Amino acid sequence: MQLALSAEDQEFREEMRSYFTTKISEDIRKTVAEGRELTREQIVQSMQELNAGGLAVPHWPVEWGGRGWTELQRHIWHEEMQAACVPVPLAFNASMIGPVIAEFGTQEQKEEFLPKTANLDIWWSQGFSEPDAGSDLAGLRTSAVLDGDHWVVNGQKTWTTLGQYGDWIFTLVRTDPDVKKQAGISMLLIDMKSEGLEVRPIELIDGGHEVNEVWFTDVRVPVKNMVGEVNSGWTQAKFLLGNERVGVAPVGQTKRVLARAKELAAATIADDPLFRARIVELENELLALELTALRVAAHSAGSEPHPASSVLKLKGTELQQAVSELVIDLGGPATLASGEGDATLDWYRRSTPTYLNLRKASIYGGSNEIQRQIISRGILGL
Amino acid sequence: MDFSYDDEQTALRDAVRGLVGKAYADWEHRRQTAKEDPGFDEKLWTQMAEMGLLGLPFSEDDGGVGAGPVEIGIVCREIGRVLAPEPFLGSVVYAGGLVSAVGTPEQRQEILGSLAGGESVLAFAHDEPGHRWGPSAHDVTVDAEGRLTGVKDGVLHGARADVLIVSAVLPEGGTGLFVVTDGGGEREGYSTYDGGRAARITFDATPAVPLGAAAADVTSSIATVQDITRIMAANQALGVMQTQLKATVDYLKSRKQFGVTLNNFQALNFRAADMYTSQELTHSLVDWATMVVADGGSQQAIADAAARAGLQVSRAGRHIGQEAIQLHGGIAMTAEYNVGAFTAHLTALDHLLGDAGHHIRSLEGGLTAYAAIDPLDVAASA
Repeated sequence: MQLALSAEDQEFREEMRSYFTTKISEDIRKTVAEGRELTREQIVQSMQELNAGGLAVPHWPVEWGGRGWTELQRHIWHEEMQAACVPVPLAFNASMIGPVIAEFGTQEQKEEFLPKTANLDIWWSQGFSEPDAGSDLAGLRTSAVLDGDHWVVNGQKTWTTLGQYGDWIFTLVRTDPDVKKQAGISMLLIDMKSEGLEVRPIELIDGGHEVNEVWFTDVRVPVKNMVGEVNSGWTQAKFLLGNERVGVAPVGQTKRVLARAKELAAATIADDPLFRARIVELENELLALELTALRVAAHSAGSEPHPASSVLKLKGTELQQAVSELVIDLGGPATLASGEGDATLDWYRRSTPTYLNLRKASIYGGSNEIQRQIISRGILGL
Repeated sequence: MDFSYDDEQTALRDAVRGLVGKAYADWEHRRQTAKEDPGFDEKLWTQMAEMGLLGLPFSEDDGGVGAGPVEIGIVCREIGRVLAPEPFLGSVVYAGGLVSAVGTPEQRQEILGSLAGGESVLAFAHDEPGHRWGPSAHDVTVDAEGRLTGVKDGVLHGARADVLIVSAVLPEGGTGLFVVTDGGGEREGYSTYDGGRAARITFDATPAVPLGAAAADVTSSIATVQDITRIMAANQALGVMQTQLKATVDYLKSRKQFGVTLNNFQALNFRAADMYTSQELTHSLVDWATMVVADGGSQQAIADAAARAGLQVSRAGRHIGQEAIQLHGGIAMTAEYNVGAFTAHLTALDHLLGDAGHHIRSLEGGLTAYAAIDPLDVAASA
């Protein structure tokens, strides 16, 4: 057992810290630090600035821009990035569809999509959930019927995050309605400019426009845009949802928000022992979570993930929510406004929308009840 | 950065498990052993000495083995897993740790040599009625002739102990340590609710010998030995929690009600999943605190690590201990079944050197001295 990083990993950490704090635009990092919303342009710019240094998709195969790092190095990369207020690479591109195309795509698909995906020249949206297929994803009904050299897609996707910015959407569609539900699903890549595809905004409780419905009416998709074999989509979906071991717990980001809260609310905290007690507890839980993430990363040299990895999402989102709750309590009456406004009050004005928005964290990516199911069934054998 | 045991550490764990774990594999044997004075198995204590366990923390010059905190933690964890009543924590880690830190070379060789050899049991007489969990003595005093007066309570194995290490207020102020042998002090031994032994000891001008330099204020040394003992108690508690969770999961799989095993009820499985989450977070934090000591952390870093591990163990220990009883149902209320006794031991460990509230109080003062905790930087966490 050894706490200190090896000299090599320590050097790696310094290198990451230096890149993130000197090569990523100051205005972007400031926007993140102040908790303001990033524009599409800023998200694209920061990912391209990462990609320029080979830091956007380090976990991809080396051939397509990966770096062949250890899990621990990936963990360090991810934590340092968040600590430096650098937006993490767009998940739909970097974590979701990129690795799937690299694993299951044709050579033509890889060449066409991967470089643009890494550089965010294509903005991907995710078309998985449907009104009747949430946690039970395999219940999806959006259909694709073969017509010559095209699939004709009809149906509706929902909860498509930032779909208003999307260029392409990766979807799961039903290509065989007559078999066991998991066995009749395929993965299609669809150009969002296609005729018959419509993106409709969903207004959320935080007042923002973050997610959308995506409607498909006789959308024609070339057969070459299927990833993997027909009816093999569940395999790709499981790969996509399961290949993230690092970064499932937003530790660095939550730590940063808590540190900022301590700074901005210093006077309130100094006067109030109950707040101090609450912060001590939150910091301690975050420490335990971060150490668990490190333990998982340091252990994951082989193929099997450490069983404790399943607690990361569960506890990570709980703490993310708990810290957002602390912030609105620290702000008190200063948190009444809805968002935009006076720069000096920005942070508190956005804190309640953020708190409301983060209720999603324990719902998406496999709700926390699904995580408990995974732990009780998969790990404890119950 | 490595959270795994090396080959020698794994071998030590297996050896301790083979000796102590095997000895108490039968719960009825543990119950009977705890019922009769001295409350532990003198023969097993001798065998532990022969295996080198009782001299593990002490230098070879003092008759010990010179092993590190990870190894001591391994022994504590194994003791916790079976609730072995042998006084390793109180006698070797706590009282022995003080002799090692403060004693003269002659005292160390004599006292630690016979402790390591299994020939004598040590106890630290420190807690006093009306005071809690600090490094200082309050109402027990030593006069200019080196005679002790006052009352100590909660002295682990105080009635059986061959050598007492006693803290006392020095004539000039500050806390010194003294050695009492030959059955000195009036000792009123009693059983503790977790099957252990403790004593109230009344000194009335009892002759004693200074441990280390005469009249030296060693408050700071006591504090650090307490912090290391807190971390080792956390290792012991982790072992308890691991057994509690395993017993609970096994029970849910085998106990039938309404014609089916209990793991058919999701409400129960989810509670077990939350116990697992608590256990894993605790495991990470306890490993970390142990490594802070192993990596030669500063006195303040060790104090912080001890408080953080103690806080986590207090919260998780109550959670897991209470849920283990609840998920077992009525059977866990009986002394014949071991689960409730494990909960009792967690409760005892929680109050040995400070509960969650105590640790929060010791951490909250330093809250604004840092922005965020960096677990990899032991020096910075000071």
